Parts: sequence; C-alpha cells; structure tokens
Amino acid sequence: MSLQREIGTFVAAVLNYFDTAVQQAAVVGTPYLALGKPPEIFDYTGMIRISGKRKGVVYFTAPKGMLSVMLMRMQETDMSDANLRDLVGEVANTLSGNARKDFGRNFIISTPSVVAGSSTTIGYSPDSRPIVVPIDWRAYHANLVVCLN
Amino acid sequence: MNALPAHRLMIVDDSNIMRRKIERSQEIPNVEIVGTAGNGREALELHASARPTLVTMDLTMPEMDGIECVEQLVGRDPDIRILVISALADKATAIEALEKGASGFLCKPFTERQLNEALVKLIES
Repeated sequence: MSLQREIGTFVAAVLNYFDTAVQQAAVVGTPYLALGKPPEIFDYTGMIRISGKRKGVVYFTAPKGMLSVMLMRMQETDMSDANLRDLVGEVANTLSGNARKDFGRNFIISTPSVVAGSSTTIGYSPDSRPIVVPIDWRAYHANLVVCLN
Repeated sequence: MNALPAHRLMIVDDSNIMRRKIERSQEIPNVEIVGTAGNGREALELHASARPTLVTMDLTMPEMDGIECVEQLVGRDPDIRILVISALADKATAIEALEKGASGFLCKPFTERQLNEALVKLIES
C-alpha cells in the first residue's frame, strides 16, 4: 500500500468523524512535510502507535476551543478536561478503526492514548518524516500528523 | 399498575461522551435505559442488579474488554441482545463479537438515526 493511500485512510477517518459525529464537515488543507522542526502540538492530542510492517505514530491534535465547540455541536454540555480528552480519544479511536479495516494484520495498532498540553513532545523515529495534514473546521485549525517510517 | 417496559437497555462504553450520546439518541418508546457502565467488569456488576434485556457494548475498554464481557453476559443470559458499537470496523473483529454472542454491530462514529435503526433491528431479531 502506498504512503498516499495510508494517509488517505487516516484523513478519511477524521473527515468521517466530523461528518457523522459532529455533523459539520471539516476541510483538509495541503499536506506538508515537517522538516526542520517538529509539527505544532495543540492543547489535546489523541494518538495511536503502529508497529509491524510499518512503524510510527499517527495523531490528531486540536486546540481546546475547537474541541469545546465540537462538543457543543454534539449536544454535550460538559466541557471539562475529562470530556475534551474523551473527545480527542474518540477521534484517535476512529483512526485506529480505519487503520485496522484498511491495513489488515500487517499493521499492529496500539490502543489510542491521549496527552494534554501544547508543550507535549511526541516521540518518533529519527528516520521518519512527519507529514502534517491541516484540518480546518469553522474558524479553527487542527493537525493530523502521520509519521511512519 | 404500569406494565413493565418492553426492553431494558444497559450502555457500556469507557467514553463518557459516547455513553451520553447513546442516552440522548435512543428514541425507541418501549426501551428504558437502566444503567451505564464504563468497562466490562462494571457491566457485569450492573447486569446483576439492573437485569437488562438489551446492551450496547464498546469493545476497547480498560479492565475487561467488550468481547470478554459479551461472552460472560451471554453465558449468564442466553436471551440477552447485545449491539456492539465500536470504531474497530474490520470484519475479523465483527465476526469475533458475533461468535461470542453479540447480535449486531454498529461502527463508530454513528448518527442518531443509525443507532435507532440498529436498536430496532436488535429488538426485532
């Protein structure tokens, strides 16, 4: 499977989440390689780690404001830290689900995990090149980062 | 004296957002939500007291996952109807859940309509 198709799987997962759960489409920006400096991390990040045929990490990172409005769209009134973590974890969960469906058993995919804080560092192999896919929704900006060797 | 509700629904998911979404979205008149659980172990404890006839079951949960919980619930009550609701949308996972005794499978994310249609199918099955 080509890298382009692999990235397409993760992008489709995020877009489907906005379409179905949030019921308002997000827009994908132009992907770019994060060379020189690590990709920007926002307030909450949901990630999956991949091993097997390919190794690396895939994560969705979003600012608190964006996640709060997503929760409102989902008729959720509790904007607590726990629920914001929960939401970004659910997005990571769909990344995991799509990857298992499309990639099969050649990929071993971890249970999704969540980190909070924009100063967080996401560890990845030095020989991998992170591809950042901008995700724009309403006035907000998030990143989907695919970093596979 | 009021008649007992036709179905008693237990919601099992480690995500608070998902539990509340299912609670809000469920619109079938003869279904009463009798409790929610955050993992398989809590679900087994709740089952003993709430005696649900329908269950929505997440798969990836701490302490006890959904597959094991499905197997144990069906072992206790072979007539219980379980709708697995999971982001793990691969065929192998769905088949495993069905083999353990689940009656249906719904992929996350889902719309209110998809949830209600899946629950109706579960009731009618």
